[in-house]
Amino acid sequence: MPIDEKAVRHIARLARMELRAEELEAYRNQLDKILESMEELRALDTDRVSATSHVLGLTDVLRPDQARLFENREALLEGAPEREGPYYKVRKVIE
Amino acid sequence: MTEAVLEKEFELVVGLEVHCQLATASKLFCACPSGSFGLPANTHVCPVCTGQPGTLPVLNAAAVELGFKAALGLGCRLNETSIFARKNYFYPDLPKGYQISQYEQPFSEHGALEIQGPPPKRIGIHRIHLEEDAGKLLHSIGAEELGYSLVDFNRAGVPLIEIVSAPDIRSPEEAAQYLVGLKAVLQYLGVSNCDMEKGEMRCDANVSVRPRGQAVFGTRAEIKNLNSFRGVRDAIAYEFARQCELVREGGRVAQETRLWDADSGLTRPMRSKEEAHDYRYFPDPDLVPLRAEPALVRRLKETLPELPAERRKRFVQEYQLSEYDAGVLTSDKLLADYFVGVVAASGSNRYAKASANWIQGELLAKLNATGTPFAKAQQCIPPAHLGEMVRLIGEGTLSSKLAKDVFAKMWETGQAPQKLVSSLGLSQVTDEGQIAAWVLEAMGENQKAVEDLRNGKERAIGAIVGSVMKKSKGKANPDLVNRLIKEKLNDGKR
Amino acid sequence: MKDGWIDWAAGRIAEEVNAGRVKAEEVVRAFLSRIREVDPRLRAFVTVLEAEALEQARAVDARISAGKPGGRLAGVPVAIKDNMLVRGVETTCSSKILRGYKAPYDATVVTRLRLEGAVIIGKTNLDEFAMGSSTENSAFFKTKNPWDLERVPGGSSGGSAAAVAARMAPLALGSDTGGSIRQPAAFCGVVGVKPTYGLVSRYGLVAFASSLDQIGPFAANVADAALALSVIEGHDAADSTSAPVEGRRYALEDSLGLAGLRIGLPKEYFTQGLEREVEASTRAAVKVFESLGASVREVSLPHTRYAVSTYYILAPSEASANLARFDGMRYGYSRREASSLEQAYASSRGEGFGPEVKRRIMLGTYALSSGYYDAYYGKAQRVRTLIKRDFDEVFESVDLLLTPTAPTTAFRFGEKSADPLQMYLSDIFTIPCNIAGCAGLSMPSGLDSRGLPIGIQLLARPFEESRMLQAARAFEAARPFPALPA
Ligand SMILES: [Mg+2]
Ligand SMILES: [Zn+2]
Repeated sequence: MPIDEKAVRHIARLARMELRAEELEAYRNQLDKILESMEELRALDTDRVSATSHVLGLTDVLRPDQARLFENREALLEGAPEREGPYYKVRKVIE
Repeated sequence: MTEAVLEKEFELVVGLEVHCQLATASKLFCACPSGSFGLPANTHVCPVCTGQPGTLPVLNAAAVELGFKAALGLGCRLNETSIFARKNYFYPDLPKGYQISQYEQPFSEHGALEIQGPPPKRIGIHRIHLEEDAGKLLHSIGAEELGYSLVDFNRAGVPLIEIVSAPDIRSPEEAAQYLVGLKAVLQYLGVSNCDMEKGEMRCDANVSVRPRGQAVFGTRAEIKNLNSFRGVRDAIAYEFARQCELVREGGRVAQETRLWDADSGLTRPMRSKEEAHDYRYFPDPDLVPLRAEPALVRRLKETLPELPAERRKRFVQEYQLSEYDAGVLTSDKLLADYFVGVVAASGSNRYAKASANWIQGELLAKLNATGTPFAKAQQCIPPAHLGEMVRLIGEGTLSSKLAKDVFAKMWETGQAPQKLVSSLGLSQVTDEGQIAAWVLEAMGENQKAVEDLRNGKERAIGAIVGSVMKKSKGKANPDLVNRLIKEKLNDGKR
Repeated sequence: MKDGWIDWAAGRIAEEVNAGRVKAEEVVRAFLSRIREVDPRLRAFVTVLEAEALEQARAVDARISAGKPGGRLAGVPVAIKDNMLVRGVETTCSSKILRGYKAPYDATVVTRLRLEGAVIIGKTNLDEFAMGSSTENSAFFKTKNPWDLERVPGGSSGGSAAAVAARMAPLALGSDTGGSIRQPAAFCGVVGVKPTYGLVSRYGLVAFASSLDQIGPFAANVADAALALSVIEGHDAADSTSAPVEGRRYALEDSLGLAGLRIGLPKEYFTQGLEREVEASTRAAVKVFESLGASVREVSLPHTRYAVSTYYILAPSEASANLARFDGMRYGYSRREASSLEQAYASSRGEGFGPEVKRRIMLGTYALSSGYYDAYYGKAQRVRTLIKRDFDEVFESVDLLLTPTAPTTAFRFGEKSADPLQMYLSDIFTIPCNIAGCAGLSMPSGLDSRGLPIGIQLLARPFEESRMLQAARAFEAARPFPALPA
């Protein structure tokens, strides 16, 4: 199923990335090719195969509930593109 | 169109999604302190909860335990393995561009909560999952609307459980009862303080209507921002009416997210949710699966405290309370604990009913009138004091009438009732000799009443009692006064 | 003597510094001057930490003067790929979107290096967010291969590989998601180790694909790589995917034979697109291992052909979420004059990310989007199980696998950058190891007729770095690595 421009636009919007017209076309083309090359996976029967998200097989990694203040907090705000006092300042959010 | 008319024609169907903040010391995935209500912005933040590059989440063991407890208390099944997933969307209060939540495999499912009704009813619980809270957006300072928004991440990463009910709720009242019941269970378990004012308990409602008799559900709207019990009730009632009218006029309910505005009493579509979302959930590769470890589950089950329903039953049996009183007292853990404290201080379960009356009457009225939350009741009037007062009344040392004054003084001064009674000279006179003297005097002054009484007019005794009370400044024990009047009358006959 | 230091092994530098025969400060000065001399041509470094490095060196010297141990890497300069955080220092990931971002904390590996007296000398260039195989995707500049300035150093850790190859640092750290340590190590003629998944903490490594990323060392020789690995490895409570193992010491013996060692040659790695000279060099390496007493036989990893497709679903999917935090709200490149909030996101990200990063975010977003999850991400996770199973099974009958690291030696700038798929295929031999999570390394096996280094890859069972490093050391002793011509 070839991927069309509308789909590429939708994906770019989901990913919040503005793409120029030529970028859109280039990505449509490349995604098409890349996805086509992945078709070979379809042929593989994996019905009885479980999914692996972790190769290590660890479970229940927990930390004790101990509160601790991070000491370099000012550095977190220093890098903000814009701030107002102790707040990060962003474009108006309309709810 | 009145609600009653609409109700004849339409049925309301509601499911609630309730987020409760878990009572942990630190956040869900980092060591920042979890409680930050009222603190300056961005004080409880670190690289992890502000989404700095390179940071990784590590799960808080206490949050898991509290979540499991909540599930056990709500009769849910604990899933053997649960998985954390990323819920992807962009919003300035979401530092990583995704929320760590649970999706396909939540830690628990299939529970229920019994609401009291009437009639009592079982509201199903679909699932409970763990997730992190987002930050807080500020759009105005005081009354001044800002041209931009400000972000505070103190709340970002705070541990929440999301409790998703089945669409079993059929009225705004049931919705409120479900919330009250949920809050009680979670408080009893020590899982959450559920203080709605502090945002520790938040509720979204999925509301739909269908013509009575129709089996399929109508299209639902999701109502957000229900931040008080009253808001839940009002918003659902409003939404019910809105959707019914829409359908009656041949319109269609849109599947959308709406915001409840408590000030105007309306719901309106949310701008930020206009676009259909595609959250692209997938297992978070930074976190490993969580198992319901049998030893932990066993320990939690064994140490599960008494829950509101059990306690209600026990109050009925042990204290001979009515179902209603027991229900009210156990609906809030603090209230129930307070009651138990009062009865204990009174020295006998005989005084349980009186204790319940004083708490539900005078105490709650006073708290209400002064806008004091129940959490502060202990400090205003310690249960030991109220218990002592109930005992003084029961033993006849204090009349119920004067007790109201004593209660007011206790509230004002914080002093124990015994002390107040003595210093104010309020203790009842139970000395028979003294009362007999007053009775004789009063009978002498009320010959007419004595005559009527002798002729069988029982009610005439009131005038004599009143006179005795006046002489005693209200401190004569009324039982004793009555008995002595009758004795004197009989003496006269002989 | 002074010039000699830059040719010393890291282990020797630490020894001499600890013994007080050489000052850490002098060592660091020598490397800084080497960087000044060589880097303008190679461009391996994004940031050189002159003042900070000298300060760290003096602190190490003071520690030693006070009679305290200087640490296992006392005075050893280490270059860090610029996708790991060093507190107070710019961390760019070679991306416009992070330019100017000052790290608020140290990555765990950086903390561990510091504890052992290492000196962080600079941050090295990479393909933007580690996405690429040539370092051409850096938003800043191209790093050149020290063996041939017309050619790429490989990638994505091209800056770190080039820095070590050109002796601008005795050690460097890289990260490897699909071959990003091993392939540039092969192209630059140095040793590069991709540790078992979970052996080295990822805390402070800017995530590309969380289930595949691992940090590992580059060194000019096997012993130094082992030393660096022993310092950075071991359990870290800040990383939930960190394995519960303690850091180990690798006691490598120069003269040890490899009798009893069983080595497998996966036949799937000796077919498609493999350059003749690379194959020849790998076959020659087989003879060396046999002469050392190892038994070598052909084995099969039947699902190898699916690895690249699997990888290019898993990695971009994870990346699409990992890179969502670069949104111009809290740090980094931010377009402030946008007309709406959504526009602010879209232009900050559209302008801040380079073409390859956007391509992979698009691919990953697509693979996870509603209606496609099962066909792509879900499927890839299942195929991942099959690929891992291949390794589990083959490791029942052999101890190590020997393969070429890359199908070719270093290619020319621009040779593959026009066609993403061609570029993706250059990682064909390194990707399966990341998918299976096992240990791997690349080391030089010789030069091709153009004088370019050829790399061979050793793969080992998870957590069997010791066996892998010992075999590499034996090979190195038998067949000394080619030296970079001055
Ligand atoms: Mg939620
Ligand atoms: Zn935090």
